[in-house]
Amino acid sequence: MRAATSEGRVAKYLLIAGLVGFISLFLIFPVIVIVIEALSSGISFYFSTLASPHSLNAIRLTLLTALAVVPMNTIFGVCAAWAITHFNFRGKSLLISLIEIPLWVSPVIGGLVFALIFGRQGWLGDWLYAHDIQVLYAYPGIVLGTAFVTFPFVARGLIPLMQSQGSAEEEAALILGANGWQIFWRVSFPKIKWGILYGMILCNARAMGEFGAVSVLAGSIEDRITIPLQIEQYYLDLDQGLPRAFALASVLLLLSVITLAIKIGLEWRRLALTHLVRPR
Amino acid sequence: MSVAVFHISKKFEKFPALWDVSLEVQTGELLALLGPSGSGKTTLLRVIAGLEVPDAGQVTFAGEDVTNKSAYERKAGFVFQAYALFQHMNVFENIAFGLRVLPRARRPDSEAITKRVNELLQLIQLEGFEKRLPSQLSGGQRQRVALARALAIEPRVLLLDEPFGALDAKVRKDLRKWLRHFHDQTHLTSLFVTHDQDEAFELADRVVIFNEGRIQQIGTPAELRQNPTNDFVRSFLEV
Repeated sequence: MRAATSEGRVAKYLLIAGLVGFISLFLIFPVIVIVIEALSSGISFYFSTLASPHSLNAIRLTLLTALAVVPMNTIFGVCAAWAITHFNFRGKSLLISLIEIPLWVSPVIGGLVFALIFGRQGWLGDWLYAHDIQVLYAYPGIVLGTAFVTFPFVARGLIPLMQSQGSAEEEAALILGANGWQIFWRVSFPKIKWGILYGMILCNARAMGEFGAVSVLAGSIEDRITIPLQIEQYYLDLDQGLPRAFALASVLLLLSVITLAIKIGLEWRRLALTHLVRPR
Repeated sequence: MSVAVFHISKKFEKFPALWDVSLEVQTGELLALLGPSGSGKTTLLRVIAGLEVPDAGQVTFAGEDVTNKSAYERKAGFVFQAYALFQHMNVFENIAFGLRVLPRARRPDSEAITKRVNELLQLIQLEGFEKRLPSQLSGGQRQRVALARALAIEPRVLLLDEPFGALDAKVRKDLRKWLRHFHDQTHLTSLFVTHDQDEAFELADRVVIFNEGRIQQIGTPAELRQNPTNDFVRSFLEV
């Protein structure tokens, strides 16, 4: 027995050391590099880069994109999860798989599909041109591409959660006279609100960082690109491009850290609540 | 109020859960649906409540056809097997739910709701528990809250799905007595589903024995014991 446990202990520390080493190398080290490189040309250069029109435009567009995409995918995700867990219909498991498609295909493919539909040569190209609606290389295109990439996040978290909860409480509410709207807001929503928030946070993090799909749809027109694309533009610039790229990357990093902090905060709060509720 | 079902059939996927079931429940009767699990008794209860739509047949409440009416229009009180209390609402809000969701024109004011909930809390002997969450109650207390919640809407019939299934023996006995006493006072037409013979025989005026989606026999406990009509009933009751 002793040999078994001591071997277990060695394995345990080796695994933990390996994990810490791996995380340090692939996650913490790059973060430190970003911060050091961003400040390598001095604080004033750092702030003047961030205050430049290119950077400000990119930050503004990224935030606007997330602002459109997160509510869109939240509504979609809640509706999809509700339909899948409350109704029985043919092809349900196929639908669940279809929702996950954006996780399986390269974001560039998603971008190309939209380019094929909305581009000047695309299916809707002539009609859009005739009505002077610009989708590609503009805000609507960026939103579409980002929405495609992030649309599974809310639904995917909610489906197993709602399946595990069953629909007994909803049935009880139904028989007590609640209508669909009342059932959702008074009974279902309180049970899934943490799941929704969690999905929104994940969706937001992914939306702000999206590169592949957006790079196809936004092209390379300056002033109409998001933070990740602007970082690339800076990076390719030979004249002091590197510190500029890192400076803007640090903004993306900051947004991620904020997102992560919110997520951890929510988890703590939720944990505290469940402990309060279950004294026995 | 009397409840009747005529020639009810219901299939799930391809498995028949109910097969040509007809049954009449007299006003003020306490009736048990007894049978092994999977025999269709819970499905019949859900069809009566309006939670399942039968493939064929008719449900009537006081002679009126309610087959195509919603669960709520039927005004049936339902107590679920695992209680299905609203986990995030306290006891008071659970009981008040059916009153709070009424259309504005018929909704009592908050004073009337408080009064009604307090009456029900007194009835189930849980005064002082208003602020507790369901997770802070014992099984027997949860069961009583579920009952009070169902009674708040003043149902015309009370339907209970395995009402004592999840309770330990002592609490079970107490609650059984309490329910019989409650029924003797109110004479609210009630149906309950159980797989426990003692429970059915001790509590019910009449017992309906189910197997494989069909009614095997209906009768008072004494009749069933004396004259089991077929082999299934004989072996199920071990007479």
